[in-house]
Amino acid sequence: MNFLEIIFRPASFDVIVQLAIMVLKVVVVVGVIMLHVTYATYFERKSIGHMQVRLGPMRTGPHGLLQPIADFVKLFFKEDIIPAAADKPIFYMAPVISIFAGMSSLAVIPFFNGFVIANINIGLLFVLAMSSLGAYGIVMAGWSSNSKYSFLGGLRSSAQVISYEIALGLSLVGVMMMAGSLNMTEIVKAQLAYPTGMFLFPQILGFFVFMVAAFAETNRTPFDLPEAESELVAGYFVEYSGMRFALFYVAEYIGMIVMSLIAITCFLGGWDGPFQIPYVPFAWVFIKLYILIFLFYWIRATVPRFRYDHLMSFGWKILIPLALFNVVLTGLLKTLNVI
Amino acid sequence: MGEAVGEKGFQTKELTVSMGPQHPATHGVLKLVLDLDGETVVKCTPYVGYLHRGVEKLGENRTYFSALPLTDRLDYISSMSNNVGYVNAVETLFGIEAPERAKYIRTICAEMSRISSHIIWVATHALDIGAMTVFLYSFREREWILDLFEMLTGARLTVSYPRIGGVRNDVSQEFLDSLYKFVLEFPGRVDEYETLIDQNRIWLQRTKGIGIISAEEAVNWGLTGATLRGSGVNYDVRKANPYDVYDKVQFDVPLGKAGDVYDRYRCRMEELRQSARIIKQCIEQIPAGPILAPEAHKFVLPPKENVLKSMEALIHHFILITKGPLTAPVGEVYSATEVPKGELGFYIVSDGSGKPYRMRVRAPSFVHASVLPRLSEGHLLADVIANIGTIDIVLGECDR
Repeated sequence: MNFLEIIFRPASFDVIVQLAIMVLKVVVVVGVIMLHVTYATYFERKSIGHMQVRLGPMRTGPHGLLQPIADFVKLFFKEDIIPAAADKPIFYMAPVISIFAGMSSLAVIPFFNGFVIANINIGLLFVLAMSSLGAYGIVMAGWSSNSKYSFLGGLRSSAQVISYEIALGLSLVGVMMMAGSLNMTEIVKAQLAYPTGMFLFPQILGFFVFMVAAFAETNRTPFDLPEAESELVAGYFVEYSGMRFALFYVAEYIGMIVMSLIAITCFLGGWDGPFQIPYVPFAWVFIKLYILIFLFYWIRATVPRFRYDHLMSFGWKILIPLALFNVVLTGLLKTLNVI
Repeated sequence: MGEAVGEKGFQTKELTVSMGPQHPATHGVLKLVLDLDGETVVKCTPYVGYLHRGVEKLGENRTYFSALPLTDRLDYISSMSNNVGYVNAVETLFGIEAPERAKYIRTICAEMSRISSHIIWVATHALDIGAMTVFLYSFREREWILDLFEMLTGARLTVSYPRIGGVRNDVSQEFLDSLYKFVLEFPGRVDEYETLIDQNRIWLQRTKGIGIISAEEAVNWGLTGATLRGSGVNYDVRKANPYDVYDKVQFDVPLGKAGDVYDRYRCRMEELRQSARIIKQCIEQIPAGPILAPEAHKFVLPPKENVLKSMEALIHHFILITKGPLTAPVGEVYSATEVPKGELGFYIVSDGSGKPYRMRVRAPSFVHASVLPRLSEGHLLADVIANIGTIDIVLGECDR
C-alpha cells in the first residue's frame, strides 16, 4: 500500500478534511485577533487621547488610521539589540512564551454557537493554565535581561501573578458551579437557559473580582507595576527592542482581548444578546468585547498606579476573601434552589 | 554593605540601583543611587551637578543688568519669579525703588509664573504616581498662561522681563483683560484636576503618610516654600518680609498638618487658587503711572533711536555695556523672594564696580534635594518617586 492510498482511504480523507477545517479556523481566529490587536492600539490612543483633551494619532492616513501599520513596519525593521550580558536563550524565548500563552487561550473560546477551535471539556482550566504561563514570559524577560530595572519588574510580576491568579481562579468557581461544566460552550449554553441570559446577575461579585484580577493579570493600569514607567522605566522589557519588544506589546493586547473574551463567555452570555443580529452570529461577542476593551482604556485614563504592597494586600485581603465568599454564596443559593 | 547570611546559607545583599541622571521620573538630571532591600529603600544618595553651568560665577563677570538673563535659566519653568528675585536684590543694593505700577506688574508676573510652575508640578507629580490624565489637563492651562506671557513679554519661557528699577514694557489693557478672564476661569480648572486625584483612594494611599517630616525637622533641614508649609510652619516670604505689593493684596497662606506628601500636595493646590486671587486683586488695583524709576536710566539701556541720534545716549549705552552701572555702593545684600519652589535668595557682594564681586544664589531646589534621603529611606521604591515629586525640584536651579 503506497502513501497515496493511505491518504485517499475514506477514513483518513475525513481526518484530513477535519484537519484542514481546523487549520482554517485557526488561521481565521488568529487573523481576526491580530487585526484587532493592531487596531486596539489605535483605539486606545484615540479614546485616551480624546479623554485627555488631545487628538491622538492624526498624521498617518486619515485620522491616523494607518498609524498601527506604520508602527508595526517600524518595529519590524528596527535593529534587534540584545544586551551583551543577557542570558540569550531565555532572552529569545521570553516574548515567544508570552505571546504563545495568550494566543493558545483563544483556542477554547466559542465565538458563536458551534465555532470553537478546540471544544475541550476542561476549557476553563486550560485558559487559567495558559494565563499563568504568560507570567513566565515576563519573569524570564526580567531575569534574562540582566538589568536591575528589568529584574525588579520581573519580581513584581511574579508576586502579582501569585496573588491574582488565585482570585482569578476562585472568581470563576461560581460560574463552574452554576454551569456544572468547564466546557466553554456548555457554560454559554447554561447561561442561555438561565432567565437573565447571563451569569452576571447572580455572579456580580464574581464578575467584579474577575475583572479586577484580569486587570492585574494583563498588567494594565492601575496594576501596571511590572512596567511602571515612572519607577522602573519600562520594567521587564526595558532591554527589548524592535520585534521582540513588539511581541510583548502584542502579548499584552492579546491578554486583554482573551480576558475580555473569558468574561464574555463566563459572565456576559457569550454569543447571545438582547436581540438577534441576522447573518452575523459572532456580532454580540465582538460588541461586548469592544465595550470591555474600552473599559480597560477608560480606567487607564482615570486612575493612578497602585503601590506594590498595597496591590498585594488588596489581592490577598480583599479579592480572595470576596471570591471565597462568592463561592460560599453560590453554593448556598444553589442548595436552596434559588438559582 | 549589609551582607547577611540567611538560615540556609544563602548570602543576601542590597541591590544598588542607579536611578538617573536619565530617568523618566527624576525631573531632569537628578541622579539617585538607591540601595534596595527587596523594594525597600535602605539608603538613598542624591547626586547633583549634571546641569551645572556656573551661573554664580558667570554673574560675577557680567554687569548687574546683563546678568538678568542668567536668572532665567535657574528655575527655567518659572523664570519670571527668578527675574523678580534678582531685580529686587539689585534694587536693594542700589537703594532704589520701582514705581507703584511696575511693582504691581511684577507681582502679577511672579504669580503667573507661580501658577505655571505649580501646574507643571501637579502634572508631573500625578504622572509619576500614574495618573496620566491630570498631566494633559494641566498642560492645557499651562499653554494658556504661556500664551499670556508671550503676549506681555514676547517670550514664553525665558522672559527676562523685569528691569532694575521697573519693568521692560508696560502692560496693555488687552493683556489685563485676557489675564482677568484667565484668573476667573482658573480656579474651576483646579477643581477639575482635583476631581481626578483628590479623593481617589489609590492617590490617597500613595500620598498619605509618605515622606513625613515634622515641623521642627523641616525647619532644621532648611526647607522653604510649600515643602515647609506642608509640615505646618507658617513661613512665607511674601507675608514675613513683603516685597513688591504683597502687603497690599489679600491672600491666605495654606498650611498642612501632617507634613506628608498629601499635605504638601494640598498646600500647592491651594496656592494655585491664592495666586489667581492675588492676580485678580492686582488687576483691579493697578494704578496708572511710570513703569521705570527715575534712577533706572543708570541700569537700563537708552532707547535705540536716542543712541543713534544723541552723543550722551551713545556714551551712556557704551558705558553700560562695557562697565555696568558705575554708582554701585560698596557693601553686601541678601534679598529673598518667594518663588514657586521656596525661598530664592540672592546674596550680592559689591566692591563698587559695575559687576558684582560675588553673586550667590540660595536655590531652594538644592536644599530640597538634600532632604530626599531623609524622606525616602525606609519607604518603598515607588515612594521615592512620590517624594521627588513632592519636593518639587528643578535641577536647573539646584545645579545652577
